Amino acid sequence: MRGIDITVRRGEVFGLLGPNGAGKTTTVEILEGYRTRTSGEVSVLGHDPARRSIELRRRIGIVLQSGGIYSHITPREALRHWASFYPHPRDVEEVLALAGLQEKADERSRKLSGGQLRRLDFALALVGDPELIFLDEPTTGFDPEARRAAWETVRSLRALGKTILLTTHYLEEAQALADRVAIVKDGRVLAIGPPRELMAHPPGGAAHYRVAYRGREGELVERETDDPTALLHELTGEALARGGRLEELSVGRPTLEDVYLELTAEADADDLAGTRADEGRPEASRA
Amino acid sequence: MPDALALTWRQYRLERRMFWRNPSAAFFNFVLPLLFLAGAGAALSGNQHQLNRLVPMIAGMSVMSTTFTALAYNIVFLRERGVLKRIRGTPLPTISYFGGVAANAVTNTALQIAIIELAGRVFFGIGWPLHWGALVVFVVVGVVCFAALGVAFAHAIPNFESTAAYVNAVFLPVVAISFYVFDSSSAPGFVRTIAEALPLKPLIDGLSGAMVSGSGLGGHLDGLAVIALWGAFGLYLAVRGFSWEASRT
Repeated sequence: MRGIDITVRRGEVFGLLGPNGAGKTTTVEILEGYRTRTSGEVSVLGHDPARRSIELRRRIGIVLQSGGIYSHITPREALRHWASFYPHPRDVEEVLALAGLQEKADERSRKLSGGQLRRLDFALALVGDPELIFLDEPTTGFDPEARRAAWETVRSLRALGKTILLTTHYLEEAQALADRVAIVKDGRVLAIGPPRELMAHPPGGAAHYRVAYRGREGELVERETDDPTALLHELTGEALARGGRLEELSVGRPTLEDVYLELTAEADADDLAGTRADEGRPEASRA
Repeated sequence: MPDALALTWRQYRLERRMFWRNPSAAFFNFVLPLLFLAGAGAALSGNQHQLNRLVPMIAGMSVMSTTFTALAYNIVFLRERGVLKRIRGTPLPTISYFGGVAANAVTNTALQIAIIELAGRVFFGIGWPLHWGALVVFVVVGVVCFAALGVAFAHAIPNFESTAAYVNAVFLPVVAISFYVFDSSSAPGFVRTIAEALPLKPLIDGLSGAMVSGSGLGGHLDGLAVIALWGAFGLYLAVRGFSWEASRT
């Protein structure tokens, strides 16, 4: 890590976005208390996570990237056991329902599918009724349907007023869920803000709309522009004037992906050109 | 800390339940030493002197297998599966977790010793233990020692697939040399020295004194000291080297 300065507000879904190896997991594990930082200051709900106080752990819930569970435990037993760790746990049946695990509540965990185990991960992180929830790559390996279901769970948690820190390398996911995102790469923050704002006013570059259509020879033309109004006027005017049509005309708004690709490419270019002096050696191992 | 105590109890109950649900663990813990006892006992049938030596040997081996072997397996499995890491992220106090795990191992050892004592009595004419106090002391010190060594040893095992190889590379030679030296008065001096310096042979001596020969605690104090030293060493390594998660390399 080369220095990340982030403040997550109460009640928001904050996304840490970046490619694999960007330092997302390292950052989150420092916040969760699994790793100790080599320098800097960290405060989680007013606690220093490195002290690993029980008080703090009672108020947070963690969904690890790969956390296992006893092979012979059932979801209901696991939730009951986990609930006993917390002073004010949620009702186990309610959590089973929230995670969609009622039908599998009494099945041994080794007989559960990958998606069901992931829902159990969620359920175990929620049963203590935490204020702050860490979700590390919560939907990696999910099929689209399971991903949507997980997103719904995250939204319902947000509606309950929980603060959520989410790491993901899926841009779509960050865009769909996060109130604010930080784009990180190589252990530093490249941009931070609400996805909508990052898309509208990307740091260090104009927002590019993509206008695509079939040209006269039937070839696909794609043009980037800061001002789609003028371009569309020009194109449609031309087409109407010659009495033709613009086949497959589409206008794409800049997505978080565009912003992200542009930023991470810039960061690479900077590194290659050596224009940016290193702020220090990377101190933690890669995530 | 009534809360930590209550959580230790809950963890203990969970460990018991998980233990019984895993048939292979239950088998290795209970059936294997009994098969050993039955096989060797049948071979020695009629020779009461030999049978009297056999029972404490099997009992000592059982202490080692229910603690050292079982814990090394369990800890590596839970570590590699990410269960330990998940538990570490919860407010379950570390002391409660290990309290539950240790109590589970103690229960298995106690059950095991009881089964061996009963089987020895019913099938091989062994009497009731002559020194109950000495028996309890040796079992407790032995359990603490081998449990700590098992947890410490887990740290040296890089992944679950190699657990059996690592554990047996320690378990089998220690059992072999300890059995040999305990049973044979003609063992070479250096072999005897090695066996006496390891914790299993002194434990078997102590169990033998308590269960059959009647020499009690007094005659085995240096053996007890050897076990206790290994236990202290094991505890130090177990606490220092403990790793809650699989290494990333």
